Amino acid sequence: MSASVADLLANKQICVCAGSGGVGKTTTSAAVALGMAQRGKKVIVLTIDPAKRLANSLGLPELGNEESRVEADTGDGELWAMMLDAKRTFDDLVESHAPDAETRDAVLGNRIYKEISNAVAGSQEYMAMEKLHELHEEGRYDLLVLDTPPTRNALDFLDAPKRLSRFVDSRSLQFFTSGGLFGVKIFSRGTGLVFSVLKRVTGVDLLQDISDFFQSFGDMAPGFRERAGRVTELLADSRTTFLLVTSPRADAVDEAVFFHDRLREAGMPFGAAVVNRMHELPADGDGVHEEVEELLGPELGRRVAGNLEDFRRLAERDQLSLSDLRQRLGRKPMIEVPDMEDDIHDLEGLAKMGEYLF
Amino acid sequence: MSGILDKRLVFVTGKGGTGKTIVSAALGLVAARQGKRTMVCEVAEQNRIPALFGREGAGFTEVELAESLYAISVDPEHAREEWLKFQLRSGALAGVLNGNRIFSYLAAAAPGLAELVTIGKVWELAQLERKTAKASPYDVVIVDAPATGHGVAMLGAPKTFRDAARVGPVANQAAKIHTFLASPRQTAVVAVALAEDMPVNETLDLAGRLHDEMGQHLQAIVVNAVYPERFSGADAEAIASADGRPSQAARDGLDAALSEHRRAKAQRSQLRRLRSEAEAPVSTLPFLFEPEIGRDEVEALSRELERRLV
Repeated sequence: MSASVADLLANKQICVCAGSGGVGKTTTSAAVALGMAQRGKKVIVLTIDPAKRLANSLGLPELGNEESRVEADTGDGELWAMMLDAKRTFDDLVESHAPDAETRDAVLGNRIYKEISNAVAGSQEYMAMEKLHELHEEGRYDLLVLDTPPTRNALDFLDAPKRLSRFVDSRSLQFFTSGGLFGVKIFSRGTGLVFSVLKRVTGVDLLQDISDFFQSFGDMAPGFRERAGRVTELLADSRTTFLLVTSPRADAVDEAVFFHDRLREAGMPFGAAVVNRMHELPADGDGVHEEVEELLGPELGRRVAGNLEDFRRLAERDQLSLSDLRQRLGRKPMIEVPDMEDDIHDLEGLAKMGEYLF
Repeated sequence: MSGILDKRLVFVTGKGGTGKTIVSAALGLVAARQGKRTMVCEVAEQNRIPALFGREGAGFTEVELAESLYAISVDPEHAREEWLKFQLRSGALAGVLNGNRIFSYLAAAAPGLAELVTIGKVWELAQLERKTAKASPYDVVIVDAPATGHGVAMLGAPKTFRDAARVGPVANQAAKIHTFLASPRQTAVVAVALAEDMPVNETLDLAGRLHDEMGQHLQAIVVNAVYPERFSGADAEAIASADGRPSQAARDGLDAALSEHRRAKAQRSQLRRLRSEAEAPVSTLPFLFEPEIGRDEVEALSRELERRLV
């Protein structure tokens, strides 16, 4: 079953492009956003990968943590883009949730907070979801297109809100805040033991810092938790759809199937699989070798014929992978995009890719 | 590229989809053929390297794939359990933490902790005096690392924790690991790229980030999947101006040849750019037209790599 992105996204407000690394997620996200803008929507594409080339391909010198309008011929529609800066988003979040300036400064100035919010790994996923939610709440766009983080485990972001909820779970907070480090209050025996073992791992100083962090963070916990819950709801909402980007290689297909199954388990709405970089099958022809040798002479003709056979093998492999994927996904919508000769690095290239997506 | 296999640790990263796993496996074969006791380590909760050798992976267990060649897949949960055991010098005490739900929630969500314990296990594998009971040392450990951004974060995790903890056992351990990773004598970082615009940019960017964040540098760049130079400019002209009324099949053949010519040319120009802007030596590996990559293909790639390692 083939599909058009325009139909899939007709009544959607959020499109999440997911898949393993190097399959063309960022480019697909940008092409989807451009195509929908050309169909009259106000669209923003959010990317996390700081690859400057996406910015350049959209005609922007660079992308920052602010929404930037992309100068493209989109008629009534508008195309916007933004690169998420995890640290900035985290800081903004703290500012908006802090009950007062004192709490805000305590968290932002906490050494643990500074280090972990700078260490990008892990916090990217939270922040992507967070920004998505914020933009959706504000309602200034018809469609949000999210290019998911390039983690090998493409599912990390699905669990991000749950992990964050648990992190700031009241029990976790109590663990550190009930009476402080040196046992002024009485722990339950289990917790007391865990705490004293933990102290042996971290040392007293680090544990004190962690406790300080949680104590200053404590007042913001309910806000964070509630928000993380709403983000999960938003992802599962019928106004959201997931595009699963893959390439027709066996390992990428395996990951795509795994991802599809995980989406289904998590109750997330699956839109279509975009199979990128398909090699086109050359026409069949007996005697094609003889024919090109006649056309070009035996030496060059042989090389041309050899090259044709190599690309035929690639195309046949791609067809096999595609039918394997089709079978394993159970007749879900699929969109094929051919392997482009040039890597896409401008609006024209995105529009060309759009011809296959739409 | 000479000398990278003489390091204790080879960290293979690069843009997603460039073939890091296959290059890691091929590097592993080269080292094993040189008689080195070699470990190829995956960190993505997959067992792709054993699969390349037609074997089932054993996860967090060191398994022998071929003579002198071993594999392991490091996952954060096992790495964390083991790390706690080493830190506490007691399985029972580690069990107290690992069995506690709140601790496991905190540990699962604490930013950077998964990266820290994973790279910590990689470091342990690369030590001459192993902490793991009855474990033998390896001459070289090759890590099939995550893609660039996440890879750099993993390399930088010990430094982050050293700075966050300042003093105490976590800081001491993290500092030791960081010193090892930041030393070009002990750790070589290798980038795998494709001869395309974005992967070349990402590779150049990686070199800068390694320098800024780790004081490290790229010691080698492997450009994967380079098309053969099948057709010269003159060939292309001859093909483009072929006389006659070719059948559709023949026309597809001519088009495929012209397309190959243009792609190979574009790749060469990206390679030139990479070579002129990158400080690390650049080697290339050929594009493989085989539909599936298995042991024979990895073996062939390892021979290609070996020629460039001399």
